Amino acid sequence: MPVKEFTIQHEVGLHARPASKFVQLAASFPCDIKICNLTTDSKMVNAKSVLSVLTLGVNQGHQIRIETNGEKAEEAAEALAQLIADNFGEK
Amino acid sequence: MSKVYQGISASTGLAIGPVWLYRPATIQIVRKNNCDPSIEWQRCQSALAKANEQLEQLHQRTSETIGAAEAEIFEAHQMILSDPDFLETIQTNLNTQTYNAEIAIQDSVNTYANMLLALDSTYFQERAQDVLDIGHRLIHILMGVPTDSFELPEKPVIILAEDLSPSDTVQFPRNKILGICTQKGGPTSHTAILSRSLGVPAAVSVPFDWETIQNGQMAILDGAVGSLLLNPSPDQQKTANQRQTAQQTEWEHLLKHAAEPANTSDGKTIEVVANIGSADDARHALTLGAEGVGLLRTEFLYLNRESMPTEAEQTQVYREIFEIMGNRPVVVRTLDIGGDKAVPYIGFEEEANPFLGWRAIRMADNQPDLLRIQFRALLRAASAETDLRIMIPMISNADEIKMARNLLNQAKQELQNEKIDTPETVQFGIMVEIPAAAIQARELADLVDFFSIGTNDLTQYALAVDRTNERVAHLASPFHPAVLRLIRMTIEGAHVKGKWVGLCGEMAGDPLAAPVLLGLGLDEFSMAASSIPGLKETIRQLDSQQCKDVANTVCELLTAQDVKAYLQKLL
Repeated sequence: MPVKEFTIQHEVGLHARPASKFVQLAASFPCDIKICNLTTDSKMVNAKSVLSVLTLGVNQGHQIRIETNGEKAEEAAEALAQLIADNFGEK
Repeated sequence: MSKVYQGISASTGLAIGPVWLYRPATIQIVRKNNCDPSIEWQRCQSALAKANEQLEQLHQRTSETIGAAEAEIFEAHQMILSDPDFLETIQTNLNTQTYNAEIAIQDSVNTYANMLLALDSTYFQERAQDVLDIGHRLIHILMGVPTDSFELPEKPVIILAEDLSPSDTVQFPRNKILGICTQKGGPTSHTAILSRSLGVPAAVSVPFDWETIQNGQMAILDGAVGSLLLNPSPDQQKTANQRQTAQQTEWEHLLKHAAEPANTSDGKTIEVVANIGSADDARHALTLGAEGVGLLRTEFLYLNRESMPTEAEQTQVYREIFEIMGNRPVVVRTLDIGGDKAVPYIGFEEEANPFLGWRAIRMADNQPDLLRIQFRALLRAASAETDLRIMIPMISNADEIKMARNLLNQAKQELQNEKIDTPETVQFGIMVEIPAAAIQARELADLVDFFSIGTNDLTQYALAVDRTNERVAHLASPFHPAVLRLIRMTIEGAHVKGKWVGLCGEMAGDPLAAPVLLGLGLDEFSMAASSIPGLKETIRQLDSQQCKDVANTVCELLTAQDVKAYLQKLL
């Protein structure tokens, strides 16, 4: 089960456009994807739910953890990592 | 009787016209028990489909009439309609509670809205409005009530509302809105953002009173200062009309150049920064061309609460602001509070003269932790990129500076011992607001990296005028030559020692004062964000050498009136 940790660099955090892109990408994979905000010590939530992701309150500089589990788990983790590395396509 | 309500600026501009109260009828949702969950779920699903259609149309209409970026909000709403967790919450509610779809949706919506409201950042808190907006739409559909059931009057109006949802705001045809004024919301609420992109004057958090206002009453809404004037006199109305015409052309021109530096006509670049009190202010300031923060007030952290804000709480608030400002300078003023404010946990006593009493740095002797913890939080919040500058208010002697500096060093040492990163360089400065500090500027400059002149207090202390006493407040003019000479003394004292000087009173944003301050050699002008575009333009038209003559001349004049008359002739 791939587990990855990231620091969100985008200036609005996981909010607005970055949150939408993140959730849309997560939803395109068949596996379970969970996310939590390490900085605020939040619980794990469904990464395919934009409302749940918003309730994590991930601001710029916050650390998040993503866990993927099931079919195409590796690919999903890789794709989400790439999205974050590309600063949600706003480099 | 005319009456002014003061709120927060959301979108600049002046609106003059009749008010119209927007109070959407609250529909009564009837709770039904022992419903069949599968039937109620079907009702939910058709409501979701219908809502999706409506949002699709709103999206299309908004991108055509306003812009693609503004329309995005409705795409976000559509995403929520298909959010798996949201749908699951509704379904679980239906199955476990066996009540009707309306109540299930209302409960689910409230759950998420409350979770969002509990977050620290206003950015996220404001998303609660989106969830509520969707719930509102779904429940209207379920009950067969049209969602957007209102009709604006024929003639354009200033809309008064408790708060506006994104759907509300874009439903109003632009040509029917003169201005928007809401009781709730901050500068980053949808109302504010949409008003700005629509170019509609708007004020938020305006504490107007529903009960005393009627549709059609005349009002003047000043978006730049965030005030609503009800029942203006004919004179007030005439002045407002003239201002409006002049302002519109002027403001458009100013905004176009707000992000450009303020270079004098002889090529000297002047730093123009903002006075702020929150992360929202910080964002707003950047849109208006602020090059940094010259005064971050920190009192808001301490007011309206029963106990000291913790180090972690403070760190989080400062960090959000530092992150917004990036590598731009941020001057933070440490706690400036006294017996005029009720702060139970600090232990103020009633004082005859709180402005001459136990306040700000004077509390540090007795309560060093107040300052030490604030220093720790500031140092922790700063990243390697942050250009942090800490400023101590209410300094009247060198010992206070030394004491504050010791506390700062102590905080830094503690953090290093705890293996917590602290920024390598932090500038340390003082407010010059007590005449004693201005007079001793040359000596005090050795102990600091910078001065920031607080002209509001400097004026009140130099002229012995209580600014809050209406009978004498008119005497408190920073144009009094005695005040100008104190400013001159401060700047000269600092420059001799190679230190920089800012000014963060209202005077900094006053175009009339600009030639004097520039001529006296002021390095940094810090003001309300809304003044920045205008002041930058003023500076661009000034010649720093000529301003030196102006400054020397006005310092030798006899009265504040003489100074103002002289400066007005220069305009």
